[in-house]
Amino acid sequence: MTLELRNVIKRVGADTHIHETRVRFAETGFNILLGTTLAGKTTLLELMAGLTPPSAGEIWFDGKNVTGVPVQKRNVSMVYQQFINYPNLTVYENIASPLRVAGLARAGIDNRVRRIAELLRLTPLLARRPAELSGGQQQRTALARALVKDADLVLLDEPLANLDFKLREELRDELPKLFADRRCTVVFATSDPVEALLLGGHTATIHAGRITQFGPTPEVYRQPADLLTAQIFSHPPINIAPIVKAGDAMVVSDAVRWPAPAALRRLSDGPYVLGIRPHHVSPLRNGHQAAQIEGRVQIAELSGSESVIHFAHGKLSWVSHSPGVHPIEVGGTTRFYVETERCLYFTADGARIGA
Amino acid sequence: MGKTENQKAWFFVLPVFVLVAFNALIPLMAVVNYSVQETFGNNVFFFEGLKWFEEVLHSDRFHASLLRQLAFTGTILAIEVPLGVAIALSMPRRGPWVSVCLVLMALPLLIPWNVVGAMWNIFALPDIGLLGRMLNGLGFNYNYTQQPFSAWATLIAMDVWHWTSLVVLLAYAGLSAIPDAYYQAAKIDGASSWAVLRHIQLPKMKRVLTIAILLRFMDSFNIYTEPFVLTGGGPGNTTTLLSIDLVKMALGQFDLGRAAAMSIVYFLIILLLSWIFYAAMTREEGRS
Repeated sequence: MTLELRNVIKRVGADTHIHETRVRFAETGFNILLGTTLAGKTTLLELMAGLTPPSAGEIWFDGKNVTGVPVQKRNVSMVYQQFINYPNLTVYENIASPLRVAGLARAGIDNRVRRIAELLRLTPLLARRPAELSGGQQQRTALARALVKDADLVLLDEPLANLDFKLREELRDELPKLFADRRCTVVFATSDPVEALLLGGHTATIHAGRITQFGPTPEVYRQPADLLTAQIFSHPPINIAPIVKAGDAMVVSDAVRWPAPAALRRLSDGPYVLGIRPHHVSPLRNGHQAAQIEGRVQIAELSGSESVIHFAHGKLSWVSHSPGVHPIEVGGTTRFYVETERCLYFTADGARIGA
Repeated sequence: MGKTENQKAWFFVLPVFVLVAFNALIPLMAVVNYSVQETFGNNVFFFEGLKWFEEVLHSDRFHASLLRQLAFTGTILAIEVPLGVAIALSMPRRGPWVSVCLVLMALPLLIPWNVVGAMWNIFALPDIGLLGRMLNGLGFNYNYTQQPFSAWATLIAMDVWHWTSLVVLLAYAGLSAIPDAYYQAAKIDGASSWAVLRHIQLPKMKRVLTIAILLRFMDSFNIYTEPFVLTGGGPGNTTTLLSIDLVKMALGQFDLGRAAAMSIVYFLIILLLSWIFYAAMTREEGRS
């Protein structure tokens, strides 16, 4: 079933929360809305659900215009960042509640509740109330409530954000499996680029009420259409530096330059913007074509298996994210290697060259 | 590193000890002292043991006052709690009217208690009061200085007017703390507004309502000023609640021993009932 936003705009008072948006979401796999807090993810989800009407434009679902249809008349379910369950009902009754409202027969309800509970490993907890559950179990209950009614459209609004690290990983691995054999469109909002990459599917990057790009997740990640998309979809944040094309050379500073790639040869000389993700900047030379850059180390975050090093080159701060733990002295000058093949180039107004 | 030990700390705690001693402990012990003795004045006391307690607990007068008190507290709780919740539910959740509503609601709470009594005393006078005159004009035979029913109705109306706001403000605070996502989720489920009240709003308000009921219970059980100004316990003894009875006994009849024993019984009743209320209302949380 397809979900399509046709020229949708959402204004609240004098503010435009969602600028004109056209997007046709994928029918299978996850559709991920990736953006920072207040980018407009929740507003988009509310528009899709029919919880709030668009100021202009149409919303089409399964070949029908559903723009004015209230949420109760659509087969939609939603899971929130907060663990939303009825506080005085047991897990069983919570899961059963959407079916009871729909007026299903008792035996049918019991059957479906138990099947979903089994799937989400809630069976031993069915008699408990939400307050007696851990955060992970509460969110599983909320997910079960969303899944039990076989909704055509399932909206997940940062459902993993309030969970502890371990539980988040666990549920993140389970989520795609839960939806694998369901015929429903899934939209998943998150502010975490890593989560988007791990969940796969398609991704729409959002900034200030605009979808900057929509496409298969790996494609959006590797081939961002513009600088904003690259910035939204990068963790740690992508390194941005001014770069000058001078003849056949790309010049970052007097000491740092490399040959211009084929795609840029035709362009006129002048200032451009360089984007390079931190894990393509390494203190080790590793066989790729690389340019050298020296910098004074400002911060070295060494975890068990990887190093995040912040260093200053000229006036700019760069970040290197590399596997392995490197004995780096903070305050000292160190040489890093930039994989020039991985560099993204943008025009001064942010469009990617070669996109 | 060892800490330097000295007795300076006592110096800082001392004011609290003195304060508590003078406003709670010493008066309370004085009452206990009176409750087991008899005096005929001239500072001469005779030890009487538990005689006053036995008399108070067996006296019809105390039973009648206690019964009136229970009826009064029960009635105002039965009215103020549902009414307060209903008003809180109908107040706007956001926008410029919120503060207007909150200020209007808070107004009765700011009026001194004896002023409330005096206001209603005049408001309800059958010959010149706005309410009394109107009721009689409408054909009701209303006179709170003569008829027990009129007196009770006025007393309860006055308390509801004065104190429902407290329940409203607490219930409203509870409602405001419910995230919007709960209402959205209920809307998506297609839940009725009754289901929203029953399964979201009331359970989420449970904690503040427990506090509201406890506060209203304790305050109404102690009520003195307003009925004293309004009816003075009359007509006859029909609105003589426990505290009014107690003051009559202690200051009117100067029956210190009996009044002291009654004070202690009165205090223990409030303590016991509050504990029962609290235990009953938090029973489920304790179980989980």
